Formats: sequence, structure tokens, C-alpha cells
Amino acid sequence: MAQVLSPLPGTFYVKPSPEADQFKSSGDAVAVGDTIGLIEVMKTFIEIKSEVAGTFTAYAAEDGTPVQAGEALAEVAE
Amino acid sequence: MQRKTELRFKPAKPLLKWPNDMTIQRLFIANRGEIAVRIIHAAKSLGITTIQAYSEGDADMLAVKLADESVCIGPAKATESYLNVTGMVAAAIEKSADAVHPGYGFLSESPEFARAIEQAGLKFIGPSADTIERMGDKVAARQAAEAAGVPVVPGSKGRIEDVNEAVAVAAQVGYPVMVKAAAGGGGKGIRIADNEEELRTLAPQAQQEAAAAFGDGGLYVERSVKSPRHIEVQIVGDGKKAVHFYERECSLQRRRQKVWEEAGADCLDDETRENLCMAAVALAEAVNYRGAGTLEYLYEESTKEFFFIEMNTRIQVEHPVTEMITGFDLVQEMIRVCGGEELSVSQDQVKKSGHAIEVRLNAEDPFMQFMPWPGKVESLKIPEGEGIRFDHLMYEGYQIPPFYDSLIGKLIVHGKDRADAISKMAAALDGLEINGLKTTVPLHKALAKDPTVATGDFHTQWLEPWLEAGNLSPENT
Repeated sequence: MAQVLSPLPGTFYVKPSPEADQFKSSGDAVAVGDTIGLIEVMKTFIEIKSEVAGTFTAYAAEDGTPVQAGEALAEVAE
Repeated sequence: MQRKTELRFKPAKPLLKWPNDMTIQRLFIANRGEIAVRIIHAAKSLGITTIQAYSEGDADMLAVKLADESVCIGPAKATESYLNVTGMVAAAIEKSADAVHPGYGFLSESPEFARAIEQAGLKFIGPSADTIERMGDKVAARQAAEAAGVPVVPGSKGRIEDVNEAVAVAAQVGYPVMVKAAAGGGGKGIRIADNEEELRTLAPQAQQEAAAAFGDGGLYVERSVKSPRHIEVQIVGDGKKAVHFYERECSLQRRRQKVWEEAGADCLDDETRENLCMAAVALAEAVNYRGAGTLEYLYEESTKEFFFIEMNTRIQVEHPVTEMITGFDLVQEMIRVCGGEELSVSQDQVKKSGHAIEVRLNAEDPFMQFMPWPGKVESLKIPEGEGIRFDHLMYEGYQIPPFYDSLIGKLIVHGKDRADAISKMAAALDGLEINGLKTTVPLHKALAKDPTVATGDFHTQWLEPWLEAGNLSPENT
């Protein structure tokens, strides 16, 4: 099990826009470099990419909530 | 006869002071960051009690520490705090404020907010809600400018609803043309077309984008100005009279955000400067403007033509450069006139001397595509000396919150002329130390050394290609 960590403090989003689907759902395949979420920091959106390949387990942080640098955002089963 | 005797006892001039109940005693600051700090300083100099609004993400900000009182107005998310009209008004009432300063950004240009403040019986430190509404609509603002004799970019008479209408206007004003959303700003819905074919493709796109962003698909079309400079004029009005505080040159921009600002604009000759400034006063008086405002112009150097683009009905980030060359405190003046006083100054009393430059310091890494860097201020060393000013939101140990924009401070210098101001800026930047953060200081050091910046021969489209060409590197800062 690997965790995707937030590189920056900010607001975490699991969808590219409010109307869109989540980037990943439980059971989805994850490749290295896949976007799993967005961090909004100082009015800029930064894509959070997975550094591991595997199967998506779950988001560890809720959509639209503040996160700290180093906080777990999602879990991927390797 | 009796009447004449009575008149003789009347004072020569009517009393200018308002009764006591009209003056401001408790000022509510509906903003954050460095501008909140600036407003607190101005209010304290006027003997006014300050009440600072803050979100849950801002409880330890400098303005909260400096203000006499403070009140939490909601969660860190701006839409639930600094942008929440109902909550903000309720907090101002609860704290028995008699006036509200909106700063810049957030609710500063919201007619809805200004109206709610007015209806609650408080004074809004800015123009009336009606004026904000009128100047906030590009088409209405343009009509007001034309009516006051202020030159505007040749373009459509009013809003345009379809492509054929846009093509007809373009044929009259000449290509290239710019297509913009009638409502809103921030670059949304803007397209430039070099010919009719392009216009027929781009106008529907602009319309769609405008409808999506502002719920209003109205457009307008105008001539695209070549290598435009961004020149703006600072005005303050008291609802009847207005004065200008000369111009600023703000052409150094990245992604339509100003980076480096100057007062005055050395590219103007005296006659053009006079026309530009007096046109601004004419428009401000025509709309009975109250408070501080800025008229933004595009300036085409090759033809010496200037064109009104919009009016910002608030104090601006770069107001300190104007204060440096004129010696007036614009924030104090806007509080006074919005409290009901007349302007404290007449036009012939506004003199300027020397040249001032401001650079915007953002918590961003200029070597990493300006990636935001909301770190913690480990240590801070601020340059001091004559003609140096630093407006900022920091203290040692302060964690910059990630929820708001990246502006952390503004370094401002005043020199005897432009060259002197640039060398002072270079020295002041060398004396500034902010540890724990990445900031845009290296960008400004490189600009202060750049030969083109030294000649002043730039325009609004200059900085981005300069960056793309790799002119910013760790070696030249």
C-alpha cells in the first residue's frame, strides 16, 4: 500500500471541476504520472500525480478540504 | 432690508465640517493581507478605531495583531468569508462599525456589498453602489467616458449580440480588433482577430466564454492597440470635485498581473500628460465620484494616442508610488471624503517630485514557473533609508496561508529621477532578506539590471517573451 502525499498546503479536490467525475475511483488502475487530484494553492491549481503504479484504493482526504504539506491524499495498492 | 442684515451675519463660506455624527469613529476592514495593514495605519493616523475582519485561516495575520479589535467572519475559503456579503455586513453591524473599508479585490467592487453597507446605515469607503455598478460595466463605463470627452478605443457603440454586427464594426475601426465580454474582466472572453475570417471564428467562442463566466454573452469589439503601454491616472473625488495625483506606468505585466509599477510615466510629454490627467478628472467629476479611483488607459507611443479602458473604483495595489512622488496619503484622503468631508487639497496643491518604483513581492518560485510557495517566514530583514518603503503582511514566524493570493509585500523606492530610482531599487532589493520562502525578489533583481528596463522602452507584451527567452536565471540576479 502506497500513499500519495500532498507536496504543498492548500485545498484538495478529487475532481477537475465541480460537475466532473472523480479522477479515480476504488478499483481503478493507476499508472505512474496519473493525476489523482488537484491542490489549490494561492489561487493556482496544481495537479497531484501518482509516483507509483497499482490499483486505486480510496481518497484519504475529503474533496474541497484544506490539507497540509505531507498529508496523505489517497492510497494506492501496489 | 431685514433680509440683507441677516445675510451680512452669515459666514462668508458655508461651514465645511459635518456635524459630529457624520464623522467616522469605528472603521471595519473587510479585507486581509498587506492592504488591511495599510488601512489600519491610515485609520490610526486619523484617530479612528480599527476593527479587522478575518477568516479562520487568517487568525494570526499581522492586521489582526495591529487592529484595535477583530472579528472572525467564517472559514478560510474566501467565498465563505471575505466574499460573503451577508456575513461581512452582519459582522460590521455586530461590531458597531460606522464605516467599512473594502480594500482591493474581494468585495471592493461589488455593488451588492456597497449597497448593503449603505442600507445598513454605514459609510462605504468608496463610491456609491450605483457608481461602482456603472463603472464596472465596460459598455456603461465607456459611454460615461465618451460623454465626458475622454478618448476611448474606437469600437462598437454598445453591446453586440451577433457575429455580423461584430464584422460590421470591425470594418469601420480597422483590423486587428479585440473582442471582449461586455461584463466581467480578468481576461475572460478576450480574443484578437486579424481579419474577418478569424473574427467569424473567434466571436462565437468569446460569446460562449463570456456567457459561461458571467452569465451574460454580450460582447464588444474595438481596435487592438499596437504595443500598448498601460498608463493609469490616480484620482480622488469628494462627490462634487475631483483632483488627480498624476499618472503611473504599469506595463511590466505577467499574465495580466502587474509586476513592477512606476510614477510617473517618462514616456509621456507634458502636453499628453496634462491631457491624460485632466481627462481623468473630467470623467470623475461627470460621475460625481467619491473616494479613490484609477482610470486605466492604453497608450500607443508611436501615435501618442491614449485610450480609456476602464476605471477601478477602489484603492489599488500600486498606490504607494503615487504617494511617494506627491507626498499625499491617499488612503487617509479616501477615508476623509467618504466620511463626508470635502477634498483636503486643490489641484494646484498637488505637486510631484522625482520618480518612484514599486515591485510586487509574491510568495512564488520564479525559477519554477512561478509556483506558489506558501512557506513560513523564518527571518526577515527589511531595508531602510530615505526614499525606501516596504508595505507587507509578514513577521518572523508567520506561516503564509495557502488560501489567498500570493502577494506578501511591496518594496517601493523614491529617487530624484528614473535612473536614480532604479539604482535605489537594486540596492534596496539587495538589502531585503526573507528567509523560509521562495519569492519573486530574483525577478526584480534581474529587471533592475536589465538594459531595456533601464531605457524604459517596453510595453505590456514585453515581459512574458523576455521570461520565455530565458532572461531570468540564478546568475543574473
